[in-house]
Amino acid sequence: MRYSVGIDLGSTTTKAVILDEEGRVRGRGITNSRSNYDVACEVALTEAQIAVRFSVVEAALARRGVAAERQAAQVEALQRAFREQQYRGELVVLKDVIGGLLESLHADTEQTRAVLGILDTMDTETRELYGPKSTRKSDFFRDIAGSRYLTLAEACSRDGGPPFEALAGLFDKAILDVENTPSAEGGFETFALDAAHHMDEPIPELEDAVNEALATPLEQISSVGTGYGRARLPFDEGHIRSEILCHGLGAHAMFPGTRTVLDIGGQDTKAIQVDGEGIVTSFQMNDRCAAGCGRYLGYIADEMNLGLHELGPLAQQSHRPARINSTCTVFAGAELRDRLSLGEKREDILAGLHRAIILRAMSLLARSGGVSDEFTFTGGVARNPAAVDALAGLVKDNYGDVTLNISPDSIYTGALGAALYAWRGAALAVA
Amino acid sequence: MTDNDNPLTVSKDLSQDRQKRMIADHFDRLEAASENGAPCVYTFVPGNLTELLLSFDALPVLPEINALQSGMRGKSKEYISLAEKEGHSEDVCTYVKCDIGMKRSGNIGPTGQKLPDPGLLLLSYTGCFTFLKWFELLREEYDCPTTMLHVPYQPDGTITDSMRKYVVDQLRNKVIPALEKLTGRAYDEERLSELLARSARAEEDLVAVLESAKHTPSPIDAYFGGVYYVGPIFTSFRGTEDAVDYYRELRAEVEERVRLGKGPIIPEGELDEEKYRVVVEGPPNWTHFREFWKMFTDEGAVVVASTYTKVGGVYDNGFRHDPSRPLESLAEYCLGCYTNLGLPSRVDMLSRYVQDYNADGFLINSVKSCNSFSSGQLLMLREVEQRTGRPGGFIESDLVDPRYFSAANIKNRLESYFQMLDQKRKGGGR
Repeated sequence: MRYSVGIDLGSTTTKAVILDEEGRVRGRGITNSRSNYDVACEVALTEAQIAVRFSVVEAALARRGVAAERQAAQVEALQRAFREQQYRGELVVLKDVIGGLLESLHADTEQTRAVLGILDTMDTETRELYGPKSTRKSDFFRDIAGSRYLTLAEACSRDGGPPFEALAGLFDKAILDVENTPSAEGGFETFALDAAHHMDEPIPELEDAVNEALATPLEQISSVGTGYGRARLPFDEGHIRSEILCHGLGAHAMFPGTRTVLDIGGQDTKAIQVDGEGIVTSFQMNDRCAAGCGRYLGYIADEMNLGLHELGPLAQQSHRPARINSTCTVFAGAELRDRLSLGEKREDILAGLHRAIILRAMSLLARSGGVSDEFTFTGGVARNPAAVDALAGLVKDNYGDVTLNISPDSIYTGALGAALYAWRGAALAVA
Repeated sequence: MTDNDNPLTVSKDLSQDRQKRMIADHFDRLEAASENGAPCVYTFVPGNLTELLLSFDALPVLPEINALQSGMRGKSKEYISLAEKEGHSEDVCTYVKCDIGMKRSGNIGPTGQKLPDPGLLLLSYTGCFTFLKWFELLREEYDCPTTMLHVPYQPDGTITDSMRKYVVDQLRNKVIPALEKLTGRAYDEERLSELLARSARAEEDLVAVLESAKHTPSPIDAYFGGVYYVGPIFTSFRGTEDAVDYYRELRAEVEERVRLGKGPIIPEGELDEEKYRVVVEGPPNWTHFREFWKMFTDEGAVVVASTYTKVGGVYDNGFRHDPSRPLESLAEYCLGCYTNLGLPSRVDMLSRYVQDYNADGFLINSVKSCNSFSSGQLLMLREVEQRTGRPGGFIESDLVDPRYFSAANIKNRLESYFQMLDQKRKGGGR
C-alpha cells in the first residue's frame, strides 16, 4: 500500500495519521512527545502503521468469510495480545536499563533484590493488565508501567524495603532511556505472530490473515509535519505546515460544515475560522502565556492527585460552580489550595476552573470573528466533558444555537489536516 | 535613527554613510552641550517642533528614540528592571521605564556618549497620555521648566480652523516664549521659514521613497527598512541641509533599484524573491528587531507600507511643511500625526495602503506598551478585512521589554499567516 502521512508534534503527544491513495484514513498512531521529538515521530508513525496492518487483518478475515462479529472479536483479542507482547518487550528494555543503572550506582544487594522483585511482579501482572475486561488509564508505557512500578515500590518500602524515593528515582531515570529507544516499542512485525499464538481462542484463519498483513508492503509517498515542534521534524521545509492550517483542514475533513474551530491543546489555544474548503480565513491564538490551556488542567490534576481524565466527570458533579477568574497556570496550585482551605468543594472548584478556561477561549473566539455554524471543538481538552458542557453553554448564550461537533478522534485533527496536505501534494505530483 | 548596527549599511550606499555621519555629529554636539551649555530641549517624535527648536539653535533630545536604541542595543532589560525597582509597575509603558533606567545608569546615549540635561521639557503632542506622565517624571528628575502644547485629537479626520488656531495660539503664546527664555534669542520667523522650506524638500523625496514600494518587486521594505529611512526626518534633522541631501541621495538610490528591478536590502543582503507583499500596522519590536525582520524575509515577505513610519508625520496624503505659513503648518503637522487620528481615519489609511500597494494582506503588531496604538486594533482588523477582502493577521509583542517577545509564538503566527495567504492564492488547492 502506498500511503501519505501527517504527523502532528504537540507539546504533550505526537500523532500520526496515514491515508491511502484514495485519501481515506487507514491508520492513526499516538505517543507521548517525550524529550526526543525524532523518536516521538518514529513511534507515532510506527503506531499508525500498526493500525494499518490491523485493518489489513480485518479485511483479510472478511475475505476469508469470517462473520463480522467474529472478525471484530478476533481483531480486538489480537490487539490486546499484541499490546501485551509489546508491553512485555518494553519491560525487558526497562529491566536492562535499570540493571545498568543499579550496576553503575553500585547498588547494594537489598536494593537490587527489591527492584528486580518489583519488575518480576510487573511481568507476572501483564496478562491481567491486558485481560478481556481490563481498562487502562493511558496507552503509554510510561504511564502504565510507571503507575504499577510506583505502587509496588510504595508497598515494598512500607514492608521494610529500601526508601521509596530511591526506588522511584531509578524508574524516573530509566524511563527516559526506555522511551528514547525506538526499538523498545516494536512494530507489527515484531509481535503480531507471537500475539496470535498467545491468544486464547484464535480461529484458524487468523494466522493467515496476520501473515497477509505482514506481507503487505507499506510505501510512504508523501509526508507533512505540523505542531509546535515542527521545525524539529525530520521533514524538509516544503513539507511543514502550520498547525493552524492543519487544524482547519482536519476539522473540515471530519465535519465538512465546519466554519469555526476551537482547539485547546497543551500549551496553546487557537480560534480558527475556515471557509467551505477548510481553508483558514482568520485566526487568533493565546499570546505569551499558556494560561487556560490543557497544561493548566494537568497541573490541577497533579495538585488534586487525580488522573487528567477524572477531572471532567468530577466537575460535572458540581451544583454550585465557584466563580474563578484566574487561569494562570503558575498560580493554579495556590488558587486551588486557597479555595479548598476555605471549605469549597472540589467539584465546585473544578467546575469553576473549567468555566474559566472556556471563558478565555470565548474571548479568543470573539477576537477571531466569533462562532459560526458549524462549530468544531478539537484538541486534548475536547475530551473533557466538563469543558465541553461549559463551552456548549457559553456558545449558546453568546451565539445562539450552533451545531457543536466533537469527534472521538479530535486529538488527531492536526495530523489529519497534515496528512491531507501530504496526500494532495502527492496527487499533484502525480498529475 | 541608525547606529553602528544598522543592517542597511551592508549596501554601503552613500545615504547610509551620510546618515551615520549625521547621527555621530549630533551626539557629538549633545555631548559637548553638557560642557558648553548649549541649550537642549527634550521632546517627543510625534508632533516634534524640530524646525522651531533649530531656529533657536536649541538641540533636540528624543527620549523615545533613546529608549528604542537601548532596546536594540540589548540594554532595555536592565534599564526596565531598574525602573521597576523604583516602583514603576509592570504595566507602565516600557519606553518610559527604559528611559528612567537609562537616566539612573548615567544617561549614556546610544552612541556611548553622555547626554546633556534638558533646559526645557517640551511636550508638543498630547495624544499620548503617557507622554504627560513621562515628562512629569522627568520634571522631578531635572527640576527644569516644562511646556505643554495641547494638540486636539482628530476624531473625524479633519482639521478645523479653530483647531489650527488653538495650536498656533499656544505656539505663539507659550512655546515660543519658553524657547526665547531658554535660549535668550528672539523668535526669528524668517529663519524658521527657511528651515521649513528645506523640510518640504526632504518630505517630497521621502514620499517618493515610501511610494517606490508600489513597484513590484518593491525596492524597499517599508517597515523594517522604513524605520531607518524615516530616522532623520522623525528626529533631529528635519529642516537641515543634511536631511535634504540625505533624502535626495536615498531617493536616487531607491530609484536606481527600481530601474534595476531589485528587491529590498535586508540584513542578509538583498531579498531575491518577493513572495508576499504585506502592510503592517503598529510599531516594531526593538529588542529582537533583526530576529523579527528575519521571520518576514525567511518567508519572502516584504512590507510595502506601514503606519509606524507615519508616527512622526503623515506626508503621503500631500501634507508638506509650508514656509509661507510657518506656525500654521507646524500646527497642521502636529494635528496630523498618525496616532492623533481617529480609528476611521486609520482604517481608511490601512485600506488604502492594502489596495494602492497591491498587498496580499496586512498584519497588526499589537504592542503591550502603547495604548495610543493598540486600542481598537482588532476592530480595525475586521474593518480593513471587510473593506479590502484581504486577510489580516495579528501578532503581539512589545516595544522594548524583551520579556514580551515570545519568538516561538510570533513565528508560529507569522508562518501560519503566510501559509494562509499561500492557500488563498492557490484557491484551496494544496
